Amino acid sequence: MGRFHRHDDGTAHSHDDLPAGDHSHGHSHDPGDHSGYQTGPDRVEVLERIFDENDKTAAANRDSFAVSGVCAVNLMSSPGAGKTTLLRETLQRMAGELRIGIIEGDIETSLDADRLAGFGAQIALINTGNGFGGECHLDAPMVGSALPRLALGDLDLVIIENVGNLVCPAEFDVGEHARAMVYAITEGEEKPLKYPVMFRSCDLVLVNKMDLLPYLGFDMDAFLASLRAVNPAAAVIQVSARTGEGVDAWCDWLRARLAEVR
Amino acid sequence: MHELSLCGSIANIVTRHAAGRPVSVIHVQVGQLRQVVPDTLVFCWELVSEGTPLAGSRIDVEGVPARMRCRACGHVAEVGDLPVFACRDCGSIDAEVISGEEFMVTSLDLAAAPDGAAAPDGAVAPDGAVPDGEANEGAST
Repeated sequence: MGRFHRHDDGTAHSHDDLPAGDHSHGHSHDPGDHSGYQTGPDRVEVLERIFDENDKTAAANRDSFAVSGVCAVNLMSSPGAGKTTLLRETLQRMAGELRIGIIEGDIETSLDADRLAGFGAQIALINTGNGFGGECHLDAPMVGSALPRLALGDLDLVIIENVGNLVCPAEFDVGEHARAMVYAITEGEEKPLKYPVMFRSCDLVLVNKMDLLPYLGFDMDAFLASLRAVNPAAAVIQVSARTGEGVDAWCDWLRARLAEVR
Repeated sequence: MHELSLCGSIANIVTRHAAGRPVSVIHVQVGQLRQVVPDTLVFCWELVSEGTPLAGSRIDVEGVPARMRCRACGHVAEVGDLPVFACRDCGSIDAEVISGEEFMVTSLDLAAAPDGAAAPDGAVAPDGAVPDGEANEGAST
Protein backbone atom coordinates (compact mmCIF):
# COMPACT_ATOMS: atom_id res chain seq x y z
CA MET A 1 0.00 0.00 0.00
CA GLY A 2 1.37 3.37 -0.95
CA ARG A 3 0.75 6.80 0.47
CA PHE A 4 -2.89 7.45 -0.14
CA HIS A 5 -3.72 10.98 -1.13
CA ARG A 6 -6.81 13.00 -1.69
CA HIS A 7 -6.45 16.27 -3.52
CA ASP A 8 -8.64 19.32 -3.28
CA ASP A 9 -10.00 18.71 -6.77
CA GLY A 10 -11.49 15.46 -5.54
CA THR A 11 -9.05 13.09 -7.20
CA ALA A 12 -7.32 10.49 -5.12
CA HIS A 13 -4.33 8.28 -5.72
CA SER A 14 -1.53 6.56 -3.89
CA HIS A 15 2.22 6.71 -4.39
CA ASP A 16 4.21 3.50 -4.39
CA ASP A 17 7.94 3.12 -4.06
CA LEU A 18 8.70 6.69 -3.19
CA PRO A 19 12.14 6.95 -1.70
CA ALA A 20 12.02 8.47 1.76
CA GLY A 21 12.17 12.20 1.58
CA ASP A 22 11.20 12.29 -2.08
CA HIS A 23 7.68 13.51 -1.98
CA SER A 24 7.56 15.81 -4.97
CA HIS A 25 4.51 15.28 -7.07
CA GLY A 26 3.01 18.51 -8.18
CA HIS A 27 1.59 20.04 -5.08
CA SER A 28 3.26 21.82 -2.27
CA HIS A 29 3.50 20.90 1.36
CA ASP A 30 3.87 24.39 2.69
CA PRO A 31 2.55 24.90 6.18
CA GLY A 32 -1.18 25.22 5.89
CA ASP A 33 -1.47 23.13 2.75
CA HIS A 34 -1.29 19.52 3.93
CA SER A 35 -3.07 18.46 0.76
CA GLY A 36 -2.41 14.82 1.54
CA TYR A 37 -5.65 14.85 3.46
CA GLN A 38 -8.68 16.75 2.38
CA THR A 39 -9.74 19.44 4.73
CA GLY A 40 -12.96 21.32 4.72
CA PRO A 41 -16.22 21.37 6.57
CA ASP A 42 -16.59 17.58 6.60
CA ARG A 43 -13.01 16.48 7.19
CA VAL A 44 -10.82 17.58 10.05
CA GLU A 45 -7.10 17.09 9.76
CA VAL A 46 -5.58 15.75 12.96
CA LEU A 47 -2.12 14.22 12.33
CA GLU A 48 -1.59 13.42 15.99
CA ARG A 49 0.45 10.49 17.30
CA ILE A 50 -1.65 8.17 19.43
CA PHE A 51 1.28 7.48 21.75
CA ASP A 52 1.83 11.19 22.44
CA GLU A 53 -0.27 11.06 25.58
CA ASN A 54 1.74 8.12 26.95
CA ASP A 55 5.07 9.54 25.83
CA LYS A 56 4.49 12.90 27.54
CA THR A 57 3.89 11.09 30.83
CA ALA A 58 6.93 8.91 30.15
CA ALA A 59 9.04 12.05 29.76
CA ALA A 60 7.69 13.35 33.07
CA ASN A 61 8.56 10.03 34.74
CA ARG A 62 12.06 10.23 33.28
CA ASP A 63 12.40 13.73 34.70
CA SER A 64 11.33 12.47 38.12
CA PHE A 65 14.01 9.78 37.98
CA ALA A 66 16.63 12.25 36.75
CA VAL A 67 15.94 14.80 39.50
CA SER A 68 16.78 12.11 42.06
CA GLY A 69 19.72 10.68 40.11
CA VAL A 70 17.90 7.39 39.74
CA CYS A 71 18.50 5.00 36.85
CA ALA A 72 15.33 3.20 35.71
CA VAL A 73 15.40 -0.10 33.85
CA ASN A 74 12.33 -1.62 32.21
CA LEU A 75 12.53 -5.41 32.55
CA MET A 76 10.31 -7.37 30.18
CA SER A 77 9.73 -10.99 29.19
CA SER A 78 7.07 -13.54 28.41
CA PRO A 79 5.31 -15.07 31.45
CA GLY A 80 7.51 -17.51 33.31
CA ALA A 81 10.82 -16.55 31.72
CA GLY A 82 12.32 -15.83 35.13
CA LYS A 83 12.13 -12.07 35.76
CA THR A 84 11.20 -12.38 39.42
CA THR A 85 13.73 -15.13 40.16
CA LEU A 86 16.40 -13.01 38.49
CA LEU A 87 15.38 -10.01 40.57
CA ARG A 88 15.67 -12.03 43.77
CA GLU A 89 19.20 -12.99 42.82
CA THR A 90 19.92 -9.40 41.86
CA LEU A 91 18.68 -8.01 45.18
CA GLN A 92 20.66 -10.61 47.11
CA ARG A 93 23.84 -9.45 45.36
CA MET A 94 23.28 -5.70 45.20
CA ALA A 95 21.04 -4.76 48.14
CA GLY A 96 24.00 -3.78 50.32
CA GLU A 97 25.62 -1.80 47.53
CA LEU A 98 22.83 0.06 45.76
CA ARG A 99 19.50 1.31 47.02
CA ILE A 100 17.00 -0.41 44.77
CA GLY A 101 13.31 0.14 44.13
CA ILE A 102 11.10 -2.31 42.28
CA ILE A 103 7.93 -1.36 40.44
CA GLU A 104 6.09 -4.63 40.09
CA GLY A 105 3.46 -4.92 37.39
CA ASP A 106 1.04 -7.79 37.47
CA ILE A 107 -2.46 -8.23 36.16
CA GLU A 108 -3.56 -9.71 39.48
CA THR A 109 -2.10 -10.76 42.84
CA SER A 110 0.87 -9.61 44.89
CA LEU A 111 2.62 -12.99 44.53
CA ASP A 112 5.69 -11.59 42.75
CA ALA A 113 5.95 -8.61 45.07
CA ASP A 114 5.74 -11.02 48.03
CA ARG A 115 8.61 -13.08 46.58
CA LEU A 116 10.76 -9.95 46.46
CA ALA A 117 9.98 -8.76 49.99
CA GLY A 118 12.66 -9.02 52.65
CA PHE A 119 15.65 -8.10 50.52
CA GLY A 120 15.82 -4.45 51.53
CA ALA A 121 14.28 -3.04 48.37
CA GLN A 122 11.40 -0.60 48.17
CA ILE A 123 8.56 -2.27 46.29
CA ALA A 124 5.56 -0.62 44.64
CA LEU A 125 2.98 -3.00 43.23
CA ILE A 126 0.76 -2.09 40.29
CA ASN A 127 -2.12 -4.43 39.59
CA THR A 128 -3.29 -3.68 36.07
CA GLY A 129 -6.67 -5.42 36.37
CA ASN A 130 -9.34 -2.90 35.44
CA GLY A 131 -12.53 -4.88 34.94
CA PHE A 132 -11.83 -5.67 31.29
CA GLY A 133 -9.54 -8.53 32.26
CA GLY A 134 -6.47 -6.46 32.95
CA GLU A 135 -3.98 -4.54 30.92
CA CYS A 136 -1.24 -6.69 29.46
CA HIS A 137 1.48 -4.09 29.93
CA LEU A 138 2.57 -1.16 32.04
CA ASP A 139 2.15 2.25 30.47
CA ALA A 140 3.64 5.54 31.55
CA PRO A 141 0.63 6.74 33.58
CA MET A 142 0.60 3.47 35.55
CA VAL A 143 4.31 3.78 36.36
CA GLY A 144 3.79 7.46 37.17
CA SER A 145 1.08 6.51 39.65
CA ALA A 146 3.54 4.21 41.43
CA LEU A 147 6.31 6.80 41.78
CA PRO A 148 4.81 8.58 44.84
CA ARG A 149 4.99 5.23 46.64
CA LEU A 150 8.77 5.10 46.19
CA ALA A 151 11.12 7.47 48.00
CA LEU A 152 13.12 8.22 44.85
CA GLY A 153 15.53 10.48 46.74
CA ASP A 154 16.65 7.44 48.72
CA LEU A 155 17.19 5.23 45.67
CA ASP A 156 19.90 4.60 43.09
CA LEU A 157 18.17 2.15 40.80
CA VAL A 158 14.55 1.41 39.93
CA ILE A 159 13.74 -1.80 38.12
CA ILE A 160 10.32 -1.86 36.53
CA GLU A 161 9.18 -5.46 36.27
CA ASN A 162 6.69 -5.29 33.45
CA VAL A 163 3.72 -7.59 32.90
CA GLY A 164 4.82 -10.90 31.38
CA ASN A 165 4.05 -10.47 27.68
CA LEU A 166 6.19 -10.36 24.54
CA VAL A 167 3.92 -7.99 22.63
CA CYS A 168 2.31 -5.02 24.34
CA PRO A 169 5.02 -3.85 26.80
CA ALA A 170 7.36 -3.18 23.88
CA GLU A 171 5.05 -0.44 22.62
CA PHE A 172 5.00 1.69 25.75
CA ASP A 173 7.77 3.99 26.90
CA VAL A 174 7.34 4.21 30.67
CA GLY A 175 10.20 6.65 31.27
CA GLU A 176 12.98 4.11 31.62
CA HIS A 177 16.63 4.77 30.74
CA ALA A 178 17.26 1.28 29.41
CA ARG A 179 15.31 -1.79 28.43
CA ALA A 180 16.27 -5.34 29.24
CA MET A 181 14.41 -8.53 28.55
CA VAL A 182 14.64 -11.96 30.05
CA TYR A 183 14.35 -14.66 27.45
CA ALA A 184 14.35 -18.30 28.53
CA ILE A 185 15.94 -20.94 26.32
CA THR A 186 12.79 -23.03 26.82
CA GLU A 187 11.04 -20.55 24.51
CA GLY A 188 12.77 -21.69 21.33
CA GLU A 189 15.33 -20.17 18.98
CA GLU A 190 13.01 -18.33 16.60
CA LYS A 191 11.21 -16.02 19.04
CA PRO A 192 13.06 -12.85 17.92
CA LEU A 193 11.58 -13.32 14.44
CA LYS A 194 8.10 -13.85 15.87
CA TYR A 195 8.25 -10.93 18.31
CA PRO A 196 10.59 -8.53 16.51
CA VAL A 197 9.22 -5.37 18.10
CA MET A 198 10.02 -6.60 21.60
CA PHE A 199 13.48 -7.87 20.68
CA ARG A 200 14.25 -4.71 18.68
CA SER A 201 13.29 -2.47 21.57
CA CYS A 202 15.79 -3.96 24.04
CA ASP A 203 19.29 -2.81 24.94
CA LEU A 204 20.03 -6.13 26.63
CA VAL A 205 18.76 -9.68 26.23
CA LEU A 206 19.36 -11.95 29.21
CA VAL A 207 19.31 -15.53 27.94
CA ASN A 208 18.01 -17.33 31.01
CA LYS A 209 17.66 -20.93 32.23
CA MET A 210 21.10 -21.80 30.92
CA ASP A 211 21.22 -24.57 33.56
CA LEU A 212 18.67 -26.41 31.38
CA LEU A 213 20.87 -26.32 28.29
CA PRO A 214 22.02 -29.97 28.62
CA TYR A 215 18.41 -31.13 28.60
CA LEU A 216 17.12 -29.07 25.70
CA GLY A 217 17.96 -29.23 22.02
CA PHE A 218 18.49 -25.48 22.14
CA ASP A 219 20.68 -24.10 19.34
CA MET A 220 22.32 -20.96 20.75
CA ASP A 221 23.86 -19.98 17.42
CA ALA A 222 20.46 -20.14 15.71
CA PHE A 223 18.94 -18.00 18.46
CA LEU A 224 21.71 -15.42 18.25
CA ALA A 225 21.35 -15.31 14.46
CA SER A 226 17.60 -14.61 14.87
CA LEU A 227 18.31 -11.95 17.45
CA ARG A 228 20.98 -10.28 15.27
CA ALA A 229 18.58 -10.22 12.33
CA VAL A 230 16.13 -8.04 14.24
CA ASN A 231 18.47 -6.25 16.66
CA PRO A 232 22.18 -6.23 15.79
CA ALA A 233 23.02 -3.88 18.66
CA ALA A 234 21.56 -5.68 21.67
CA ALA A 235 23.94 -6.85 24.37
CA VAL A 236 23.54 -10.50 25.36
CA ILE A 237 24.27 -12.08 28.73
CA GLN A 238 23.72 -15.78 29.36
CA VAL A 239 22.38 -16.40 32.84
CA SER A 240 20.75 -18.93 35.08
CA ALA A 241 18.70 -17.10 37.67
CA ARG A 242 18.38 -20.43 39.49
CA THR A 243 22.07 -21.25 39.82
CA GLY A 244 23.33 -17.67 39.74
CA GLU A 245 25.41 -18.19 36.60
CA GLY A 246 25.91 -14.92 34.77
CA VAL A 247 24.02 -12.83 37.32
CA ASP A 248 27.19 -10.93 38.24
CA ALA A 249 27.54 -9.82 34.62
CA TRP A 250 23.94 -8.54 34.72
CA CYS A 251 24.74 -6.63 37.91
CA ASP A 252 27.74 -5.09 36.13
CA TRP A 253 25.45 -4.05 33.27
CA LEU A 254 23.12 -2.36 35.78
CA ARG A 255 26.06 -0.53 37.38
CA ALA A 256 27.13 0.71 33.95
CA ARG A 257 23.62 2.04 33.21
CA LEU A 258 23.59 3.86 36.55
CA ALA A 259 26.99 5.37 35.74
CA GLU A 260 25.57 6.66 32.44
CA VAL A 261 22.73 8.44 34.21
CA ARG A 262 24.91 10.07 36.86
CA MET B 1 -5.12 -6.45 23.93
CA HIS B 2 -3.44 -3.08 24.35
CA GLU B 3 -5.83 -1.87 21.63
CA LEU B 4 -8.33 -1.16 24.41
CA SER B 5 -6.13 1.40 26.15
CA LEU B 6 -5.02 2.80 22.80
CA CYS B 7 -8.68 3.44 21.98
CA GLY B 8 -8.83 5.54 25.15
CA SER B 9 -6.01 7.70 23.77
CA ILE B 10 -7.74 7.88 20.39
CA ALA B 11 -10.96 9.00 22.09
CA ASN B 12 -9.11 11.84 23.81
CA ILE B 13 -7.58 12.99 20.52
CA VAL B 14 -10.84 12.74 18.59
CA THR B 15 -12.87 14.50 21.28
CA ARG B 16 -10.43 17.41 21.30
CA HIS B 17 -10.39 17.83 17.51
CA ALA B 18 -14.09 17.20 16.96
CA ALA B 19 -14.92 19.98 19.43
CA GLY B 20 -18.47 18.78 19.89
CA ARG B 21 -19.21 18.07 16.22
CA PRO B 22 -20.51 14.57 15.38
CA VAL B 23 -17.85 12.26 13.92
CA SER B 24 -18.51 9.49 11.43
CA VAL B 25 -15.08 8.11 10.53
CA ILE B 26 -11.72 8.29 12.30
CA HIS B 27 -8.81 7.73 9.94
CA VAL B 28 -5.89 6.01 11.65
CA GLN B 29 -2.50 5.15 10.19
CA VAL B 30 -0.95 1.95 11.55
CA GLY B 31 2.60 1.06 10.60
CA GLN B 32 3.47 -2.56 9.97
CA LEU B 33 5.90 -2.53 12.90
CA ARG B 34 3.19 -1.44 15.31
CA GLN B 35 1.67 -4.41 17.02
CA VAL B 36 -1.81 -3.09 16.57
CA VAL B 37 -4.36 -5.47 15.09
CA PRO B 38 -6.74 -3.43 12.92
CA ASP B 39 -9.79 -5.65 13.52
CA THR B 40 -9.18 -5.55 17.26
CA LEU B 41 -8.80 -1.79 17.16
CA VAL B 42 -12.12 -1.46 15.31
CA PHE B 43 -13.85 -3.77 17.78
CA CYS B 44 -12.38 -2.09 20.84
CA TRP B 45 -13.47 1.27 19.47
CA GLU B 46 -17.08 0.08 19.61
CA LEU B 47 -16.61 -0.79 23.29
CA VAL B 48 -14.84 2.42 24.20
CA SER B 49 -17.09 4.79 22.25
CA GLU B 50 -20.35 3.18 23.37
CA GLY B 51 -22.40 5.51 25.50
CA THR B 52 -20.21 8.51 24.61
CA PRO B 53 -20.79 11.29 22.08
CA LEU B 54 -18.51 9.30 19.74
CA ALA B 55 -20.82 6.27 19.65
CA GLY B 56 -21.63 5.26 16.09
CA SER B 57 -18.33 6.48 14.68
CA ARG B 58 -15.94 3.94 13.22
CA ILE B 59 -12.20 3.61 12.77
CA ASP B 60 -10.77 3.28 9.28
CA VAL B 61 -7.24 1.84 9.31
CA GLU B 62 -4.61 2.67 6.69
CA GLY B 63 -1.68 0.26 6.87
CA VAL B 64 1.85 1.55 6.27
CA PRO B 65 4.46 -0.98 5.16
CA ALA B 66 7.81 -1.11 6.95
CA ARG B 67 10.76 0.19 4.94
CA MET B 68 14.40 0.50 5.80
CA ARG B 69 17.41 2.32 4.42
CA CYS B 70 20.94 0.95 4.59
CA ARG B 71 23.36 3.42 6.16
CA ALA B 72 26.24 1.72 4.40
CA CYS B 73 25.03 1.69 0.77
CA GLY B 74 21.84 3.74 0.86
CA HIS B 75 19.65 0.94 -0.48
CA VAL B 76 15.99 1.32 0.42
CA ALA B 77 13.78 -1.76 0.66
CA GLU B 78 10.55 -2.98 2.15
CA VAL B 79 11.12 -5.12 5.21
CA GLY B 80 8.41 -7.54 4.09
CA ASP B 81 6.96 -10.37 6.13
CA LEU B 82 10.22 -11.62 7.64
CA PRO B 83 11.52 -9.08 10.17
CA VAL B 84 15.15 -9.18 9.12
CA PHE B 85 16.73 -5.76 9.35
CA ALA B 86 19.89 -6.38 7.35
CA CYS B 87 20.35 -4.61 4.01
CA ARG B 88 18.80 -6.63 1.19
CA ASP B 89 21.50 -5.34 -1.17
CA CYS B 90 24.87 -5.31 0.64
CA GLY B 91 24.00 -7.30 3.76
CA SER B 92 25.03 -4.58 6.20
CA ILE B 93 23.26 -4.68 9.55
CA ASP B 94 23.61 -0.91 9.86
CA ALA B 95 20.13 -0.07 8.56
CA GLU B 96 17.49 2.32 9.80
CA VAL B 97 13.73 1.94 9.71
CA ILE B 98 12.26 4.83 7.70
CA SER B 99 8.58 3.89 7.81
CA GLY B 100 6.31 1.36 9.44
CA GLU B 101 6.31 2.75 12.98
CA GLU B 102 3.46 5.20 12.38
CA PHE B 103 0.48 5.17 14.68
CA MET B 104 -1.55 8.32 14.36
CA VAL B 105 -4.96 9.78 13.89
CA THR B 106 -4.64 11.47 10.50
CA SER B 107 -8.12 12.96 10.09
CA LEU B 108 -11.77 12.81 11.05
CA ASP B 109 -14.82 12.73 8.83
CA LEU B 110 -17.61 14.68 10.42
CA ALA B 111 -21.09 13.22 10.32
CA ALA B 112 -23.92 15.14 8.74
CA ALA B 113 -25.64 17.25 11.32
CA PRO B 114 -28.93 15.67 12.45
CA ASP B 115 -30.99 18.43 10.85
CA GLY B 116 -29.31 17.85 7.51
CA ALA B 117 -27.96 21.38 7.38
CA ALA B 118 -24.37 20.28 6.95
CA ALA B 119 -25.07 17.14 4.92
CA PRO B 120 -22.70 16.90 1.95
CA ASP B 121 -23.75 15.95 -1.57
CA GLY B 122 -27.39 16.78 -0.92
CA ALA B 123 -27.80 13.85 1.43
CA VAL B 124 -30.61 14.86 3.70
CA ALA B 125 -31.33 12.80 6.74
CA PRO B 126 -34.99 11.83 7.00
CA ASP B 127 -36.68 12.57 10.28
CA GLY B 128 -33.54 14.00 11.74
CA ALA B 129 -31.78 10.62 11.84
CA VAL B 130 -28.11 10.43 10.98
CA PRO B 131 -27.97 8.66 7.63
CA ASP B 132 -26.02 5.53 8.44
CA GLY B 133 -23.54 4.82 5.70
CA GLU B 134 -24.53 7.75 3.53
CA ALA B 135 -22.56 10.04 5.76
CA ASN B 136 -19.47 8.08 4.81
CA GLU B 137 -19.74 8.66 1.11
CA GLY B 138 -16.54 10.05 -0.20
CA ALA B 139 -14.46 8.37 2.45
CA SER B 140 -11.44 6.51 1.19
CA THR B 141 -11.96 2.87 0.46
